[in-house]
Amino acid sequence: MSADPDLIARAVASLGPVLPEQPAAAAVAANAANAAGGTDAAAGRWPAWLLGALPPVALLVLAEAAVRLGWIAPHLLPAPSDVGAALAQMARDGQLVPHVVASSLRVAGGFALGAVLAVLLGALVGLSATAAAVLTPSFQALRAIPSLAWVPLLLLWLGIDEASKLALIAIGAFFPVYMGVSAGFRDVDRKLVEVARLRGFGRAALARRVLLPAALPALLTGLRNGLSLAWMFMVAAELIAASRGLGYLLTDGRETGRADLVLAAIVLLALLGKLTDSLMATVEQRALHWRDSFGGPA
Amino acid sequence: MSVLEVQVRAKRFAGAASVVGSAGKVRGNGQGGGAQASPRETPVLSDVRFALAAGEVLALVGASGCGKSTLLRIVAGLDPDFSGEVRLGGRPRQGPDRDIGVVFQEPRLFPWLTVAENVGFDLGQGHDEAWVRRLLEEVGLAGLEDALPRQLSGGQAQRAAIARALYTRPRVLLLDEPFSALDAFTRMKLQDLVRAVARAHGTSLLLVTHDIEEAVLLADRVLVLGAAPGRIVREIPIGVPHPRGRGSAELAALRGQVLSALAPPG
Repeated sequence: MSADPDLIARAVASLGPVLPEQPAAAAVAANAANAAGGTDAAAGRWPAWLLGALPPVALLVLAEAAVRLGWIAPHLLPAPSDVGAALAQMARDGQLVPHVVASSLRVAGGFALGAVLAVLLGALVGLSATAAAVLTPSFQALRAIPSLAWVPLLLLWLGIDEASKLALIAIGAFFPVYMGVSAGFRDVDRKLVEVARLRGFGRAALARRVLLPAALPALLTGLRNGLSLAWMFMVAAELIAASRGLGYLLTDGRETGRADLVLAAIVLLALLGKLTDSLMATVEQRALHWRDSFGGPA
Repeated sequence: MSVLEVQVRAKRFAGAASVVGSAGKVRGNGQGGGAQASPRETPVLSDVRFALAAGEVLALVGASGCGKSTLLRIVAGLDPDFSGEVRLGGRPRQGPDRDIGVVFQEPRLFPWLTVAENVGFDLGQGHDEAWVRRLLEEVGLAGLEDALPRQLSGGQAQRAAIARALYTRPRVLLLDEPFSALDAFTRMKLQDLVRAVARAHGTSLLLVTHDIEEAVLLADRVLVLGAAPGRIVREIPIGVPHPRGRGSAELAALRGQVLSALAPPG
């Protein structure tokens, strides 16, 4: 996780010259979010999705007005309607879908690779004290490496094709999942384990029937965090070298001075990230329906 | 004839054993194993011996910290680190045994399983549904087969735990302060319930409690444990026929005996 701010800083730095208004826009968004927080009474009257849509809609209206009224130069911050037009144009040209599909496939492949390895190794470390003693210090050291530091090595070893991108995304997704699984197994209530021991459960049955279900909340949280990091690392991988994908779109927009393309790519990333996270949240809720938790203010 | 013979020569406390690490292993029943003397290890139990007859209800009473729960864990096979022997039906017991059921202080139900799945929690696939239903009827939980533990009250959860302990048809039921977390009314109902199901199944009960009233009400015999190190200081037979009145003068006198053994005057 230590890599996130690092990565964001780099991504923003590379976009900086094109979008000097970005911090101001973010501040506006934050204010809008605060204003939309409202009172609990408001939360009771309005459907949640409508409340959640308030900040982005307010931001869009504000940006549109700022550009149309000439407060901000359109080559720095294109009006949302222009960004929408750029997206529509790409869709008509048949460019949009290949970019989205290329990026999504990379995320899916890299995430699957990283998550499967992380679940296996996390379970091993969570189940065996010996494995934990042998592996934990090394993993802690590996985790401390900012994941972008792997990029030159991955490029040297795997070339600039898909393999290096998948490997980078897998590295990004690995650690949150690994941490979730190993902590989840380790923190299982001793009292429940004893119930299984009284029935004569061996190691395998114990893992499958008690430890895995008990660790499921931590496992799913890890998977969800891993997925959002996979999206982040996909952009990093595509910014470095790609001829297709949303990261490529970002680079292309910057090089051709088209802020509308850059913003279009950012909007697509936000939508795709939110969509996959919502899917994971649904899976989580279904799998953990037995939980007796507070669940936040109703 | 005794179903259970317990002989603990010594038990020293040397910190908690790892949970998962020892889960799959069944060690020998601790013939000196691991109980090396070290100045930093305080003795918890010293020379505790008793036997449990078939169908008998035996209560172990002691102040908190006297090692009575440790003793119960040894009998249950959850703590192999002691010197001594536990014999079940005349044979040495190796690790946890399906002939010994345990009801803990907390219900310890698996929150992701339904009540029926919790009661029938066992090796292999599925469970004996008819038997689970009968047990749930006996403990007063009929109709709650498909409920999740979070939907149960404290008393209902403990009833489910009692049904689960009976699922393997054990000859001995160990109860570790099973009612201490319940309100007075629920406690009384569950005390009667445990006594009734134990009689119905011919199960012997070993009840660990700090509640003198409970011990005298339920037990055929009360063993009083002294502290530091835990040892049996007194054995008090309760020769009062059932059903026993909670307010009877006879029981009150016996409670006084137990109390004076626990805290000798002077």
